[in-house]
Amino acid sequence: MRIFDPHIHMTSRTTDDYRAMAAAGVRAVVEPAFWLGQPRTNPGSFADYFDSLIGWEPYRAGQFGIRHHATIALNPKEANDPRCRPVLDLLPRYLDKDGVVAVGEIGYDSMTPEEDEAFAAQLALAVEYELPALVHTPHRDKARGTERTLAVVAESGIGPGRVVVDHLNEVTVAAVHDAGCWMGFSIYPETKMSPPRMVEILKEHGLDRMLVNSAADWGHSDPLLTRATGEAMLAAGFTDDDVDKVLWRNPVEFYGQSGRLDLSDLGPAADTFEGSSIKRGGS
Amino acid sequence: MDLDDLRSALAGTAGGGWLAEALDRIAGEPGAVGRLFAAAGRRVGRTPLTAGWSADEAARALLLAALPADLVAERAETLYRFGDAAEKRAVLKALPLLPVGAAAVPLLHDAIRTNDARLVAAAVGPYARHLDRAAWRQAVLKCVFMGLPLAVVDDLDARADAELAVMLGGLVEERRAAGREVAADAVDLLARLTAGAPAGGPAGTDARNEA
Repeated sequence: MRIFDPHIHMTSRTTDDYRAMAAAGVRAVVEPAFWLGQPRTNPGSFADYFDSLIGWEPYRAGQFGIRHHATIALNPKEANDPRCRPVLDLLPRYLDKDGVVAVGEIGYDSMTPEEDEAFAAQLALAVEYELPALVHTPHRDKARGTERTLAVVAESGIGPGRVVVDHLNEVTVAAVHDAGCWMGFSIYPETKMSPPRMVEILKEHGLDRMLVNSAADWGHSDPLLTRATGEAMLAAGFTDDDVDKVLWRNPVEFYGQSGRLDLSDLGPAADTFEGSSIKRGGS
Repeated sequence: MDLDDLRSALAGTAGGGWLAEALDRIAGEPGAVGRLFAAAGRRVGRTPLTAGWSADEAARALLLAALPADLVAERAETLYRFGDAAEKRAVLKALPLLPVGAAAVPLLHDAIRTNDARLVAAAVGPYARHLDRAAWRQAVLKCVFMGLPLAVVDDLDARADAELAVMLGGLVEERRAAGREVAADAVDLLARLTAGAPAGGPAGTDARNEA
């Protein structure tokens, strides 16, 4: 089973996780820029974080045979802090980078006017830099937040096929499906979405435009739940090809729209575990 | 390896046309270099080109060299500071080919502080002649520590001295005490440095360091 985790915060994970992910078949990841638990208080703190997402973290992933890309944005929660707003001015230079395959995570946390402004401005950046957009949906007031998200996306002029609306559930999936956006699901140990529930959603809504991620971060989460979802699909009668579409070809298609996805020289995960870091980039 | 070698190696590649336009543009509009520098890998590819240079590294060196001479040092610093790992590596490799004197030494210090083997390797090339001896010895030792082949260090034998032998001897001793392997090229370097040195001298040829 080859797995592309389209949303995982590896900065918060250990090398043991990388090792276990590689053993489970994870060969590529996208790490969206997001909040870190501890609020940041100045743009420099973000610059160092963004630098890590296009520097150190891909290098770390490469040592386990995993290809790492990133999405860059000012997240909705910190968009509310006036000390962090100048981060918007830093974004253009990062959106030019090879490893940046989307603008994200953007969207709503508490649906404030400040979030409205940052969301619209960053969708405009996605259009300008010809990148897809990764949109987070709020955990509180989610259904109305998702409706409002879709309205803002429609108004922005970005093609719905270049947008993934993430952290969906049984209540919010249909509206996103009908809007033509990609549908993201974060499989969590207890909260957002579980493997059995995910299987039911795939049965009802089909496999097109579906993205399954672990969204593993610094909270209670599990980077191997993508694999668990693939196994749950097989147990429910989906084919190997169905699993490959959801866990590999779909994320490749979505982020491939950036023109920057680089999956060259990716051998079988187990074979590239050691030594790939020096090979790639040469020294 | 000089800029003309890189230019002719790139001329026949698929990205040659893009590069020619980019170089023209920078000559008239130096501020354009930032976005062109970031895009170079996507435009000319990243395949090995010549003598340890990849196509994107070569293109980026030429983009830097196309800037007005009085701007090169400042822009190299900025492009390194705001670059991803591949851009940083390209700046480091380009430094000995650029009219920057010793002004870019702080970039080497930054690269050697990282734990990214690609950046450390690029920092011990020919431009490392501007590093002072203490910093250069630390960089060489870090290469051994990170498992980089010592062939990445420019001018190694001419510059290696008794103090480096002491430091290297210490590393070899620690590794052996722990039952760990030491890279053959490091053992060979230590042997070359300590051959003929007086026992107990600064090169540290006491029994603990014998193979």
